Amino acid sequence: MTGNVDVLLGSIDAIENGLGQFGYIANRQISTAVYLSHHLKKPILVEGPAGVGKTELAKSVAAYVGMPLIRMQCYEGLDESKALYEWKYGKQLLYTQILKDKLGQLFGLTETIEEALEKLHGFSDVFFSHHFLEPRPLLRALQQENGAVLLIDEIDKSDQEFEAFLLEILSDYQVTIPEIGVVEAITPPIVFLTSNSMRDLGDALKRRCLHLHIGFPDAKLEARIIDTRVPGIDEKLRKQLVSFVQQLRALELKKLPSVSETIDWARVLVLLHANMLQSDMVRDTLNVLLKFESDIEAAGKQIDSMTHKARQEAGFAD
Amino acid sequence: MPTDVQVHGIAPVQTGPTMSEPLRRFLAAARSAGVRISSAESIDAMRAIEVVGFSDRTVLRDSLSLLVAKSVEEKHIFEDCFELYFQRNDFAKPNEPGWRTPQAEDEDDEDGGNQGGGPGGTGSAQGMGGGQGQGKAAGDKLAQMLLADDRAGLAQAMEQAAEQIGLNKISFFTQTNLYTRRIMERMGIRPVEREIEALRRANNDASNSRADALETGRERLRDRVRDFVERNLLLFAKGENEKFREELLKSSKLTNMERRDMDRMRVIVRAIAKKLAEKYGRNRKKKNRGQLDTRKTIRRNMAWESIPFITVWKQKKIDKPKVMVLCDVSGSVAAMAQFLLLFLYTLNEALSNIRSFAFAGNLIEVSEILEKKPIEEAISEIMMTVGFGSSNYGNALLDFEEGFFSAVDSKTTVIILGDARGNYNDPRTDIVQRLSERAKRLIWLNPEYRSSWGTGDSDMFRYGPYCHILTVCNTIRHLENIVTDMLKGSR
Repeated sequence: MTGNVDVLLGSIDAIENGLGQFGYIANRQISTAVYLSHHLKKPILVEGPAGVGKTELAKSVAAYVGMPLIRMQCYEGLDESKALYEWKYGKQLLYTQILKDKLGQLFGLTETIEEALEKLHGFSDVFFSHHFLEPRPLLRALQQENGAVLLIDEIDKSDQEFEAFLLEILSDYQVTIPEIGVVEAITPPIVFLTSNSMRDLGDALKRRCLHLHIGFPDAKLEARIIDTRVPGIDEKLRKQLVSFVQQLRALELKKLPSVSETIDWARVLVLLHANMLQSDMVRDTLNVLLKFESDIEAAGKQIDSMTHKARQEAGFAD
Repeated sequence: MPTDVQVHGIAPVQTGPTMSEPLRRFLAAARSAGVRISSAESIDAMRAIEVVGFSDRTVLRDSLSLLVAKSVEEKHIFEDCFELYFQRNDFAKPNEPGWRTPQAEDEDDEDGGNQGGGPGGTGSAQGMGGGQGQGKAAGDKLAQMLLADDRAGLAQAMEQAAEQIGLNKISFFTQTNLYTRRIMERMGIRPVEREIEALRRANNDASNSRADALETGRERLRDRVRDFVERNLLLFAKGENEKFREELLKSSKLTNMERRDMDRMRVIVRAIAKKLAEKYGRNRKKKNRGQLDTRKTIRRNMAWESIPFITVWKQKKIDKPKVMVLCDVSGSVAAMAQFLLLFLYTLNEALSNIRSFAFAGNLIEVSEILEKKPIEEAISEIMMTVGFGSSNYGNALLDFEEGFFSAVDSKTTVIILGDARGNYNDPRTDIVQRLSERAKRLIWLNPEYRSSWGTGDSDMFRYGPYCHILTVCNTIRHLENIVTDMLKGSR
């Protein structure tokens, strides 16, 4: 299995093509990051605006290398008992009950308390052991024998304490459970962290990661993405639509449309059997691209000229 | 960018202990341009280069950028720096393969001249090294290269000369000419100039045409050397200069601040305040309510068969200081007030509640203005409202006692910023005394030096006994220390 991964992640070109087969059009920078991450055994911290395919990257890599994807969604208040491990309390309490019943049998023959204690020390401590450990995503990722892709999603939404808690797993692929000791990864997982830059992440975390910034794609890349994601689309329409979205991004909007919105829009237009951008149709479907009323209003005024320009750029003058 | 590019200049040093040298220089340049690079990151960068090699420029750039630049801004700086540093050499002919680092050439010579650059390069460099660049031989060599327009050879000689005179120590724009001249002299321009003179004196067709050619060559060389020097200035000096200025500004008196430094100062203040906010914004105290911490509860109660006699809670309370600031905004104190307010409002997340008051003759609350408007605008508006008139501390303190005394409680830190010069009005020290008893702490910041306290109309020593902290505060550094103490004290 590991050998296979080495082949799959053996060169930057292989990664670029491989991810392409799974529907993820990566630019050179992204595939370089995946390549380096594998060879330097470092996690990738992916930053960028919402909807440019940060989470999708982890999913596609998991599909490409054929490893399970273990995903951990971060939120405020997330702590180690939800992220790493938890004790099975019910089971632990049952165990103490059983123990109590057995005590008579065990210590029946002992005469003094000292002797009983001596005997007690003889038993291994089962109370805090793997039997009663409930693994959460992080521990699960370390326990996968054939490796895994671990996605720590939206790390910026978690508390700063949690960020510090992640440092050990990110740099050494191990965690320390006070009652048990150090648990090391069987096979180091491929780790992705994503962030929407809600807050600045700590330097310590950044230092341990490769920092990949995914911005909005250029027209060429976006066209390729649409092509893979919306297979039935007419080529002329695709060109116009990409050109339109690119123009839209040049406007001053509250939230710029990202790739996921372009894909949604392309699907809508295909459903509507469009083969060319028409101002009216654009106006009716603009809410797929823009998520704020004020944005729709601002863009609304320029739809005619932008549609016209998109058609011209795609080679269709009116 | 072509992918089949041979890396000229760094390729020979890929193995062995000197491998990191060009990289180290580049990282130093990137650092001085403002990219923060830790030593762990430089080691990672080295490891990355072992993996990807130098053969593909784009991949190299992307890899280093992934490892070293950790924010979007840093990535931009980094990429500019990369382009600048690893740009195709000016002397290289357009279709000659190879992009190189400035000053990477001497590497080759130290290794025994193991094949440096283009044709004729190695020979000339050795000539330079031996002859100190001043001798006749060097001059002849240079003249030859100038006449033949041997770009590779000139480039190599130039870079070596630059290394010898220590071009990477250049720190000011005004030094460009000096360094240009020094490099040319080191390359042996003097003998060439003497030759030109001699040729002119001979004044025949042959000698004149040779002199013309040499002069053209010299001009061309000067342009290139200047370009080269300017590029190095950009690479090595910009960041250093910024840092130097910043340090200087941090410890210069705020009351003397020049207008053009104000913006820069604000950036610095924001950066410091943000750092402090990050550090102290999370002072948490355990609190006896919230979510039950099952694990710790069971653990704690093991002795009673885990029947929860003692409960442990997850939630913690965030303990932040409550601050009230009274700023004298008259005359000389105004500049300081501006920075104190800017500082405190940037710190907002580390403070639970901040209320600010401005006074000269009278006192008004300015919290609302400061919260709603950007600080620069707010300050000028405050000045318009109360900034006129001479300061009257007694009056202002009375205003405060009458209007806002009830808001002061045992958790409040009160900061008074002022020179305590009340124009011989009644200082009303009794109010300060009451304030001091009521508040958690009373901090008085005085922008005047200690030596002038108590002189003239200064009532500083009369207020002094009632202040928990009384200190001079007229630079950003003072401000930083005081605010840090305040945040620490709240723990």
